Amino acid sequence: MKFTLKIWRQAGPQDLGKLETHSIDGISPHMSFLEMLDVLNERLIREGKEPVAFESDCREGICGACGLFINGRAHGPEEGITTCQLHMRSFKDGDVIYIEPWRAKAFPVIKDLIVDRSAFDRIMRSGGYISVNTGSAPEANSTPVPKEVAEEAFDAATCIGCGACVATCKNASAMLFVAAKVSHLALLPQGKVERKQRVARMLQTMDTEGFGACTNTGACEAECPKKISISHIARLNREHILSSLT
Amino acid sequence: MMAKLFQGSVGKKISMSLTGLFLCLFLVVHLSGNLLLLKNDGGVAFNQYSEFMSTNPLIRISEIILAAAFLVHIITAILLSLQNQEARPDRYVLDRSYVHTSFASRTMIYTGSLVFIFLVIHLKTFFVPHRLFHSEQTMYQTVKLAFENPFYTGFYVVAMVLLTLHLWHGFQSAFQSLGLRHRRYTPLIEKLGMGFSILIPLGFGLIPLYFFFRQFLK
Amino acid sequence: MKLNSNIPEGPIEQKWSRRKFELKLVNPANKKKFHILVVGTGLAGASAAASLAELGYNVSVFCYQDSPRRAHSIAAQGGINAAKNYQNDGDSVWRLFYDTVKGGDFRAREANVYRLAELSVNIIDQCVAQGVPFARDYGGYLANRSFGGAQVSRTFYARGQTGQQLLLGAYGALNRQIDRGKVRCYPRHEMLDLVVVDGRAKGIVARDLVSGRIRTFAGHAVVLATGGYGNVYYLSTNAMGSNCTAAWRSYKRGACFGNPCFTQIHPTCIPVSGHYQSKLTLMSESLRNDGRVWVPLKKGDTRPPHQIPEEERDYFLERKYPSFGNLVPRDVAARSIKEVCDEGRGVGHTGLAVYLDFAQAIQEQGREAIEQKYGNLFEMYEKITATDPYKEPMQIYPAVHYTMGGLWVDYNLMTTVEGLFALGECNFSDHGANRLGASALMQGLADGYFIIPYTIGGYLAQLGMKPVEENHPAFEDAKKSVEKQLEKLLSIRGEKPVDEIHRQLGKIMWDQVGMARSKEGLEKAIEEIQKLREEFWHNVRLPGQKDQLNLELEKAGRVADFLELGELIAIDALHREESCGGHFRVEHQTEEGEAKRNDEKFAYVAAWEYQGKDKKPKLHKEKLEFEYVELAQRSYK
Repeated sequence: MKFTLKIWRQAGPQDLGKLETHSIDGISPHMSFLEMLDVLNERLIREGKEPVAFESDCREGICGACGLFINGRAHGPEEGITTCQLHMRSFKDGDVIYIEPWRAKAFPVIKDLIVDRSAFDRIMRSGGYISVNTGSAPEANSTPVPKEVAEEAFDAATCIGCGACVATCKNASAMLFVAAKVSHLALLPQGKVERKQRVARMLQTMDTEGFGACTNTGACEAECPKKISISHIARLNREHILSSLT
Repeated sequence: MMAKLFQGSVGKKISMSLTGLFLCLFLVVHLSGNLLLLKNDGGVAFNQYSEFMSTNPLIRISEIILAAAFLVHIITAILLSLQNQEARPDRYVLDRSYVHTSFASRTMIYTGSLVFIFLVIHLKTFFVPHRLFHSEQTMYQTVKLAFENPFYTGFYVVAMVLLTLHLWHGFQSAFQSLGLRHRRYTPLIEKLGMGFSILIPLGFGLIPLYFFFRQFLK
Repeated sequence: MKLNSNIPEGPIEQKWSRRKFELKLVNPANKKKFHILVVGTGLAGASAAASLAELGYNVSVFCYQDSPRRAHSIAAQGGINAAKNYQNDGDSVWRLFYDTVKGGDFRAREANVYRLAELSVNIIDQCVAQGVPFARDYGGYLANRSFGGAQVSRTFYARGQTGQQLLLGAYGALNRQIDRGKVRCYPRHEMLDLVVVDGRAKGIVARDLVSGRIRTFAGHAVVLATGGYGNVYYLSTNAMGSNCTAAWRSYKRGACFGNPCFTQIHPTCIPVSGHYQSKLTLMSESLRNDGRVWVPLKKGDTRPPHQIPEEERDYFLERKYPSFGNLVPRDVAARSIKEVCDEGRGVGHTGLAVYLDFAQAIQEQGREAIEQKYGNLFEMYEKITATDPYKEPMQIYPAVHYTMGGLWVDYNLMTTVEGLFALGECNFSDHGANRLGASALMQGLADGYFIIPYTIGGYLAQLGMKPVEENHPAFEDAKKSVEKQLEKLLSIRGEKPVDEIHRQLGKIMWDQVGMARSKEGLEKAIEEIQKLREEFWHNVRLPGQKDQLNLELEKAGRVADFLELGELIAIDALHREESCGGHFRVEHQTEEGEAKRNDEKFAYVAAWEYQGKDKKPKLHKEKLEFEYVELAQRSYK
């Protein structure tokens, strides 16, 4: 297969970026999208040019490191997958493919397609956990958790922190990300103890990091590779109400 | 304590939804009164109603609350919009992130702004002459005069379409922002929202059309 | 140097309690005067950093990823073992201990394994308290599933994402300590050297991967939790960035490397589809519960699977191992698959794959039952291969998955460099020659949550309270040598991109040091690796500079180390004249082609000591005593 790639190149956070055009040929439809970029990079290196900087690690859709805005969509045209799980068979021979980094004030570009998502870590640090010291845990089966509650908590906990929700949201809002953690922990009996401070602090950090607000468009849920539902955002809102009124 | 509720971007969304739902309620009241315009009594009932509305002290208080709700709704919307704009200073070159979202949900600030312009003109036509100045006309006469003008009627109808869009997303979105989401009830709320966003503006829209076309029937 | 495994005296059940009592304590008020450097933020690293900070130590934690949450522990699918005996099926600490020693083909240290089994129950308690959403049954109690190598059901799981959930739990604990100011976190920092002062680990050199700045960090002790070295094979189920650099450079500073040839090849992975392939994806072992493994009876049979009649199929695992059938351990299954493919009966366009067929299971149990058990795995398979495993059998092939070998550590998890500790997959300790499924997560967390917090205290207490020696010339020296290496790499300006050389190395390793190893093959491999290393240092081509974000430079440093480690693996494999677990020497097999151990000569840990550039490393042997588990030949017939 043959493609024309329009790739965002940007030397550093302060530099101006622009799209660079590359054509690439001899691509197998079984190749993953990132392998296609690997092929391009090997060629660029051989030609003495600077390869395209992009991130990936596990390449099986769980670490959350990869994330490209491909043809106007977070993680590309397919649903329920990360960029590393996208294959070239999802494109037509001869396609023009636009590749851009996540764009948000809270995710400044580091280089080319790599952005700084440390804002997510700072949100998590402000309460995305249960305060239990090693060794002070009670016997695991002493608190039964209804199966459906555990399952719902799990659904929220599958967030991989890739940032697709922010990337696709017209407001660059991190609500789904924050909601996933708040909801996961608020559902479980172990997490209820700190629920009030947790939601208040995490939301405060979310705002100071410069993410937008939620307009309930549902774009995040549609592009989330783990299909995390915006019902968790509703729970986040409830948690906020509970936290501020009681 | 209450202050905390309205702080931050989630707090602002809660203000938006509470004021929004209050404004929805207002729409129902407003429409139910206005439907008297369709009564073929030369405006007797409607004039009585509007007289009542402008003199009853309870209504006056409600009006102040209503105005405040509008104000909060509008100011918060502007603040949120600015925050949202700022959150993405650089746009995508190719952006198709809209594919899974409704047109209505993406355009709330625009439909809202246009409805606001409508509101200003609407108040200027009806509220200002009758409530701030003492107009010679009855309210019914003002209405009739305004709606026999094709431009005004057209403008009014367009505004109602915009209102439909605004409510289409706004109604159910308010419940989501308040955390009122449930597997069983959310689909009902969504249907209710659709019904509401069609029927209310439709009701409002029928009135100018009624007056406009009625003038040719004589 | 003499290896001292430092195992406590007394009966095995009392060893850990005894050690905990023996270890000196650091006064709570003094803990804040100690600074510990933890490298790696996977299960072992994150849990260690958090637990140490909870105790009051100051901790700095480093990872090459952009966030501690992305460490490769996140990708573990199946589950975590614990001897809770919730199923009332006869499990016990003793049985988990026994299964692990036996599963490891009697090449693990008994005392360590017993402690691991003992601590396994605490791990589950800790993780549940952190909010890990383990699977539960309808009564709300924790559910279990079965895994290979055990006859009890003791695996706790969170759908197919157990590693993710456990890691996020540890990440939460770590975040809490970062928030408290007890841990400083350095993401996008890669450790490139260990600083040793008077024989003790006192700091590290790390490169800030964004600015390219080389920085030194001083501490009272260094904890490595940097994972395994499976990427020496280029293709593996490891993450792209998984590397051996931190461990390898510590090796070069005096830490012995234990059993490097013990690498695990997982039988059920999605086969390679082409030259461009960058990594392999595992399909959980649990699939072999219902899937039947087969190849065509005839060589070169290119008919699609459904056109091959039953009598022309060879269900080779069922044929060869009638009692265990498709559920033989990983090493046995992997070898059999390789064998049939070598015979030319492999399927798929490369001929390097076998079928894993669910047709019979679907027919007997119905599609729905299969969907419930394996739905997400089937979906994942379809996403990658674009074929529907409900309709067409899956194609699978073995792939490198885990490395049992690693830095040699004593019972306290300290390496042969004092003050340098190694946890998790990074050390060699608990899995012997073969790791059982769902045991890696257990080990990482046992090391991090429950072992290192005690043993590091013992070390620090006897170290005494001296401030860190930040200004010691050893720091500047180490920094300079790192800078020199980076400059050298960039100055080569040869022809080949790093990946190409890495791919070549991977091919040598896979062909000669993979599932079946022979004397000639290993000797050839050593020679080829040396040549390739030579070529690398003369012909690698790197773009860019060192003082900037430079992904190729990062890779080059890692591949440089793999090129040395690969040789050590081959040397170790060559010296170990026996077959055990993941190490299969074709010269040492039974008549039926099974692995043949040589307990008389090889019941020891091979710990290799670095002797200098291009010099043969020195072998130290730690004899393994089996007092509690009787040495026996594994049989799965």
